Amino acid sequence: MASAPAAISGPLILGDKSPGQVTDDVCSALERGPARSWWIAIAISSSMLLLGLITVAYQVLTGIGTWGLNNTVGWAFDITNFVFWIGIGHAGTLISAVLFLFRQKWRTSVNRAAEAMTIFAVICAGIFPLIHMGRPWLAHWMAPYPNTRGPLWINFRSPLVWDFFAISTYFTISLMFWYVGLIPDMATMRDRLTGGWRKKAANFLSLGWNGSFRTWFHYETVYLLLAGLATPLVVSVHTIVSWDFATSVIPGWHTTILPPYFVAGAIFSGMSMVLTLMLIARKTMGLEDYLTKRHVGAMCKLLIATGGMVAIAYATEFVAAMYSNNDYEQFAFINRAKGPLCWSYWIMVSCNVLTPQILWFKWARSNMVVVFVVSILINIGMWFERFVIIVTSLHRDYLPSNWTGYAPTSIEIATLVGSFGLFLTLFLLFCRFVPVIAIAEVKGVLSHGRKSHE
Amino acid sequence: MGTNAAPLLTYRDGTLRLSGAAVSVTRTGRTHELACTQDYHNIEVPEALTVPGMNRRRPLIGETSLASYKKNGTLDHHGHGGHHDLGELWPEDHQYNGHHWGMAVDLTACTGCSACVVACQVENNVPVVGRDEVRRKRIMHWLRIDRYYCDNHGEVDVAHQPMMCHHCDHAPCETVCPVLATVHSEEGLNQQTYNRCVGTRYCANNCPYKVRRFNWFEYAREDTLANMMLNPDVTVRSRGVMEKCSFCVQRIEEVRVEAKREGRPIADGDVLPACQQSCPARAIVFGDMNDPESAVSKLIAGGRHYRLLEETNVRPSVGYLGLVRNRQDDEDRTHHG
Repeated sequence: MASAPAAISGPLILGDKSPGQVTDDVCSALERGPARSWWIAIAISSSMLLLGLITVAYQVLTGIGTWGLNNTVGWAFDITNFVFWIGIGHAGTLISAVLFLFRQKWRTSVNRAAEAMTIFAVICAGIFPLIHMGRPWLAHWMAPYPNTRGPLWINFRSPLVWDFFAISTYFTISLMFWYVGLIPDMATMRDRLTGGWRKKAANFLSLGWNGSFRTWFHYETVYLLLAGLATPLVVSVHTIVSWDFATSVIPGWHTTILPPYFVAGAIFSGMSMVLTLMLIARKTMGLEDYLTKRHVGAMCKLLIATGGMVAIAYATEFVAAMYSNNDYEQFAFINRAKGPLCWSYWIMVSCNVLTPQILWFKWARSNMVVVFVVSILINIGMWFERFVIIVTSLHRDYLPSNWTGYAPTSIEIATLVGSFGLFLTLFLLFCRFVPVIAIAEVKGVLSHGRKSHE
Repeated sequence: MGTNAAPLLTYRDGTLRLSGAAVSVTRTGRTHELACTQDYHNIEVPEALTVPGMNRRRPLIGETSLASYKKNGTLDHHGHGGHHDLGELWPEDHQYNGHHWGMAVDLTACTGCSACVVACQVENNVPVVGRDEVRRKRIMHWLRIDRYYCDNHGEVDVAHQPMMCHHCDHAPCETVCPVLATVHSEEGLNQQTYNRCVGTRYCANNCPYKVRRFNWFEYAREDTLANMMLNPDVTVRSRGVMEKCSFCVQRIEEVRVEAKREGRPIADGDVLPACQQSCPARAIVFGDMNDPESAVSKLIAGGRHYRLLEETNVRPSVGYLGLVRNRQDDEDRTHHG
């Protein structure tokens, strides 16, 4: 896609912009005062966040009994939200690291926002394992550190401990990768700003960047190495999250398909979230020249591919259960499709399998309204996928005497709303204070000054 | 249910009587959600949720007829679906060289009277959580009685199955706890360490018997006179921790100290868990499975013994003695699953 196809599919950045124009376009949005629409958006998102903070404070003070859980269904919204948010993060790493290694140059317009999304999604995800605990004030016991209790060590056999390592590694690498990519742009901001705290901050964060050959050389090397380090995380993090379920003895959880299934699902859900945010940013921040229909089209194709993998996974686990000749396993899957919580299963299937099929058509891929609706539906469907895996497997397991139902309380719903509030608030702040397009990288793919080649 | 019945009491002939009062029943049009501990009493899964070739009946109750049992001395209908013991991956690891505590519960003897449930609750300071929490399926009983109904050619078969922590040798709860709050003792007990538990509830999710109980709220209260009833040998659990049957570990330890003081080994029958002590039918037998002469070992060696969900290879220390039904024409009836 780097050189030859450019003649076929047109330039990556529209408007034949010069490097100076790119800097102006991206930075002027930050230097202007926030638009009215931004204030309205942040008012809504921070209200959602406040609601979430109040409910979390309430449930920590009162007890997890404020949730709709029971003796049989020990996890529901909490771990569903956790897996959902972790999955969202994966697209950012895929775009920034994997597509970088494969020299997919279209990623340059998307990668900054996608990486920011990863970090914010991992922050949202990290909250749920903490607040779902009966005694969250003892959460530090999950970390292996020298302590005065013996010292009492953690259980390295527990998938929750593996989660702890997977997610903390993921967050650290994602943050480093994002920050290193930001350094040249921070220097650009430093040079443009005339004073104030933002200049001071940009000055500090640009680490004395001077744009020399040596600086660029070091930067490119570090960036490539970090991309190499981050790439295995695309596979490993959600694989480890899936082991929470795959290593258990519960029918519907105990299955070897879960790691690839989770990874495909994570990239699928993350891509749809990137599209949602991208389409909003494109419209509200006037970035149509940078986030072009070509970018949207490429993302849509990735959605078809990953959506296909997810569909195969759904079919495979069903067939495997039927083929297993295990009564419990067969029942777990029939119960998903036809039991009391079957509505969640069919929401999952219709949103994740049927909806993306429309993207096979070019008119659908180039109609931003259609793509936006599809991306929202996939977000919903992928949330329900995790709900289906967790709740429908738990609520009817081995002994019929234990069978129960599950319904969320207002507290659980408010906590989910609060996590969206946190995510959107962080993203809106990011849009105001950090260049949403990687200026330095986009300059490398401009059509300006190039003739027929590339 | 949950309503004061005192107005119906009458005082006649020197005694308080509940019977014989004149009452009338009218339809109110209102519904009332009963605080029921089990939603579902059928051992067969709903027909709509089956596929061809699938057993509708869950293989949880080992059963046989008297005639068949007299002839074969074994169960017709085992608890498990033809499970083969594949052996241990590391047989040298975690051997039980001293005691290996186990329990056998006789389903034929059990009448479902619930004396064991009450005894367990009193012995182990199990909180009474009230109607609302029971409606939310958060009853705290460490020992419950699963009651299953099964259609047997138009007649209803009932089976009572006392269900408590099975103290599995390959306990699925132990491997998943991130903070090692539930660990195995060298005598085969699955032990819950309350002050280490952070309350992830992963152990409860991964328990195939679902016998673990979580303190959803702070159930204990400081200001109630009922605290005088608490057993001083058992910890009162706080909010946010998991709890479950301990095989009355406090009684085991008491017996151990006493035996040591008297300079003798623990004899079979010295340790009586609260459930066994209170069972009027003597359906529950606890003892050392390493002692071939103990009552529990003899029951395990007998033909009626089976272990529940054996195919999951969790290796429970609790086993059941299957139901023997005394019915004339049962010879060809018992195979309904």
